[in-house]
Amino acid sequence: MHKVTLKPYIVGFMASLILTLAAYFAVVGQLLVGQLLVVVILALAVAQLFVQAFFFLHLGEEIGPRWKLWAFISTLGIVLIVVVGAIWIMGHLNYNMMASPTEMNKYINSQDGL
Amino acid sequence: MNEQIQHSEVEDKTIFGFWVYLMTDLIIFGVLFGTYAVLRGNTFGGPTGRELFDLKGALAETLILLTSSFTCGMMMLSVYENKKNRTMFWMALTFALGIAFLSLELSEFSRFVADGNSWQRSAFLSSFFTLVGTHGLHITIGLLWLAVAMVQVWTRGLTPFITSKLIRFSFFWHFLDVVWIFIFTVVYLLPHAI
Repeated sequence: MHKVTLKPYIVGFMASLILTLAAYFAVVGQLLVGQLLVVVILALAVAQLFVQAFFFLHLGEEIGPRWKLWAFISTLGIVLIVVVGAIWIMGHLNYNMMASPTEMNKYINSQDGL
Repeated sequence: MNEQIQHSEVEDKTIFGFWVYLMTDLIIFGVLFGTYAVLRGNTFGGPTGRELFDLKGALAETLILLTSSFTCGMMMLSVYENKKNRTMFWMALTFALGIAFLSLELSEFSRFVADGNSWQRSAFLSSFFTLVGTHGLHITIGLLWLAVAMVQVWTRGLTPFITSKLIRFSFFWHFLDVVWIFIFTVVYLLPHAI
């Protein structure tokens, strides 16, 4: 078992507080707008993921084969594929089915009432 | 000495097994995040996230959960230093913060439902309640787990079995904190940012 000390918890807690408050005030204070704001708050969340993974979950301190770290990385890969893939595919579906019900009826009627 | 090494090997396997469970849980949350991301615009004439969510309340929940993650870390430090009473103190504090988080979340849910914005209102709200509710359910189970562990520390002290259990609990609790950070960002902050 690796040695657990107080310091990483304090550093991790402070960093998490700063990142959370930064994201909150960026949105509430409208410090940034549009796409840039979205990218910044998502980046702050990802930064906090790494802060907590290393300072609270001690992912970087494994001894020997880093099973936990690699299990984590491959799971993140799966999650990214699922989430990005879902948004991508469903976005295209929405685009292709944009016609309103009335327009749809018109289209079906124009196709000889298919 | 040899026995100790063998014991720690078994313990490492138990902890890694629990870690693998957490990774599967991460996939569950990932899928629910994907569902939410796809459905968040489908409000069916009901309220949007921007109209519904109170950012101050969400920030309070986030700060409470963050602090409970920190007190959970303090609990683990006390465990490694073999300080029983100090462990009990941090456990109680973590438990109290968890209860505070849960009651804030439940009061938010009941406010939504009372206003007619339950999970039946729109696809957006169905995905919201499923994602945030699943996290809340995990917190509830974590609190039950913590309460049982507190009784065990109280009656039996910090035996190797209980220490191993507390290590696993701390992983579970920190993990839920990380998931909540993404709920806070994606569910609560994002509608106000776009």
